[in-house]
Amino acid sequence: MRINMTFPRTIGAACAGVLLATAISTAAQASGDSVKLEKQDWSFNGIFGTYDRGALKRGYQVYSEVCVSCHSLNYVAYRNLMDIGFEETNVKEIAAEFEVEDGPNDEGEMYLRPARPSDRFVAPYANEKASRAANNGAFPPDLSLMAKARKGGPDYLFGLLTRYHEEAPEGMELADGMSYNEVFPGHQIAMSQPLEDESVEYEDGTPATLVQHAKDVTTFLAWAASPEMEHRKRLGIKVMLFLFVWTGMLIALKKKIWAKLH
Amino acid sequence: MKLSKSIILPFLDWVDYRLPVFSYARENLIDYPTPKNLNYWWNFGSLAGIVLMIMIITGFFLAINYTPHTDYAFSSVEHLMRDVNYGWLLRFMHANGGSMFFILVYIHMFRGLYFGSFKAPRELLWIIGVVIYLCMMGTAFMGYVLPWGQMSYWGATVITSLFSAVPIIGDTIVTWLWGGFVIDNNTLTRFFVGHYLMPMVIFMLVVVHMWALHVHKSNNPLGVDMRTPADSIPFHPYYTIKDMVGMGVFFIVYFGFVFFAPDFFGEPDNYIEANPLVTPPHIVPEWYFLPFYAILRSIDNKLIGVIAMFAGVCILFALPWMDRCRVRSAKFRPIYRQFFWLFFADCILLGYIGAQTAVEPFVTIGRIATAYYFAHFLIICPLICKFERPLVPPESISAGVLKAQKGAE
Repeated sequence: MRINMTFPRTIGAACAGVLLATAISTAAQASGDSVKLEKQDWSFNGIFGTYDRGALKRGYQVYSEVCVSCHSLNYVAYRNLMDIGFEETNVKEIAAEFEVEDGPNDEGEMYLRPARPSDRFVAPYANEKASRAANNGAFPPDLSLMAKARKGGPDYLFGLLTRYHEEAPEGMELADGMSYNEVFPGHQIAMSQPLEDESVEYEDGTPATLVQHAKDVTTFLAWAASPEMEHRKRLGIKVMLFLFVWTGMLIALKKKIWAKLH
Repeated sequence: MKLSKSIILPFLDWVDYRLPVFSYARENLIDYPTPKNLNYWWNFGSLAGIVLMIMIITGFFLAINYTPHTDYAFSSVEHLMRDVNYGWLLRFMHANGGSMFFILVYIHMFRGLYFGSFKAPRELLWIIGVVIYLCMMGTAFMGYVLPWGQMSYWGATVITSLFSAVPIIGDTIVTWLWGGFVIDNNTLTRFFVGHYLMPMVIFMLVVVHMWALHVHKSNNPLGVDMRTPADSIPFHPYYTIKDMVGMGVFFIVYFGFVFFAPDFFGEPDNYIEANPLVTPPHIVPEWYFLPFYAILRSIDNKLIGVIAMFAGVCILFALPWMDRCRVRSAKFRPIYRQFFWLFFADCILLGYIGAQTAVEPFVTIGRIATAYYFAHFLIICPLICKFERPLVPPESISAGVLKAQKGAE
């Protein structure tokens, strides 16, 4: 079959068009108003990427000792911690440190009980109004999906946590209680620098630097946002292998069937 | 053998005599005469059909896990993603399936434009296709609202508000679309119902599309009619296997996104729950609407902008009467071929402009691209038709195939 001699050219043109469009739009995104993010070498990058278990545990520690005082993690349950290597007894203890409202009981009253592994992470504030009242009018957002809810994802989170400046650059007046951040849109952020060297003392002896804290908690939040990722990529590789073999066989079969034609 | 002779075959005959499903399938799926020279651009119709089925099936499973209520929609999606077995797979297949559906249909449409598949006697086939495309746009728009993220909410706000530009009854239409005076629970409920209903309409339209297709059969790269038996081959096994090859390649691309870049086509903002009090800095529709969004924004007057946007799609209805050149395939139309690629580039450019904020130079470029988009249909196509001297197509498909083979040797 040589009747379609013009097609390679057509395909080429189409591909070139799509590539060009992608290139333009990528360039346009990079040159947007936001600062260029430094791409980090995350353990979960790439098609074989997995979450570094040490970083996850340390990241949980950072979250539970620092972030948790203001930020909720509403879509993650304590039981989910078992997926990243916590023992069941350990998870029960962690959950039991928090109280949740339950009820009504037989007397018709609501009561507080210790949280169970099946409960979602208990939020630091009862509602948005309460959290604004406690935070100078600002609302610390829920972190469950934060790693996919910002352009740049984990690289953005890492940049946000590590690129605070003590002073705003000349000519920029910060409002009362605000901090200067290179990465945050508008650079004026209500969250004062949350992490610094030695913010958390790691149980596993990892040096407690700002960069280490930021990397670990970002890994933890990436997991919180996409807990399915490891399963997804593992399954994806199997599906891809199958599809390659299957498509190869179909191509061979197609050639065989069409060979009879001419 | 004996069993099949004595029981199964007579039973099939009995059914077929009363309801000829088997002879119908034989006529339309197996013996169905198909031009022997279809290239891989002819795969995209069947691929779109496959994706439609994937969307309907995954959509059913999504719907049984979804709560169409403003307080629960976002968290029911997260519940699906985190707690339902393979819920993430269903959702990513559905979300990426939507984008894939549009990619396939766009290629399918450009295929039709290039090879003149919209020309007599296939005008109605083309028109039904455009109706399917319109229904897809409505379905996709409503579906994007359902996760109730920021982009869902604000996209819905921008698009539904367009109808307020209609004189006199505009505000009434908007109130009716919203089911109230703001976008709220009523809006979400009716969008959910609409999003579940429309695919059934699309499915039925696809049946009509196939019906019209099977009257005059497929066009082909040479654009000449099938005349003799030598021009055609039976659909099975030749095109069943060719379609399956296309399906395999397509699945590699599709599942590549599903498993390794599931949020590639999505907006990060849609992982933030809808908040009527916070407007995202940059509201963009889904990528497949961007060219029309660019047309909308390139006109200052709201009403005219809205009309232009809808005209951008609806002008496709008139195409068979704008381009009346009797030679179908661009292969034999040296001038049209070049303007086809210009038009293709213009559509890509419009899509790019649609994704940008409305500042210079994008506004001016968008206006020129919009003008060119309409000029292609209204001025360029009729003019080419008048002045172009097409090459003479071969008198039959088999003659054309033989000639090409000789040329290659």
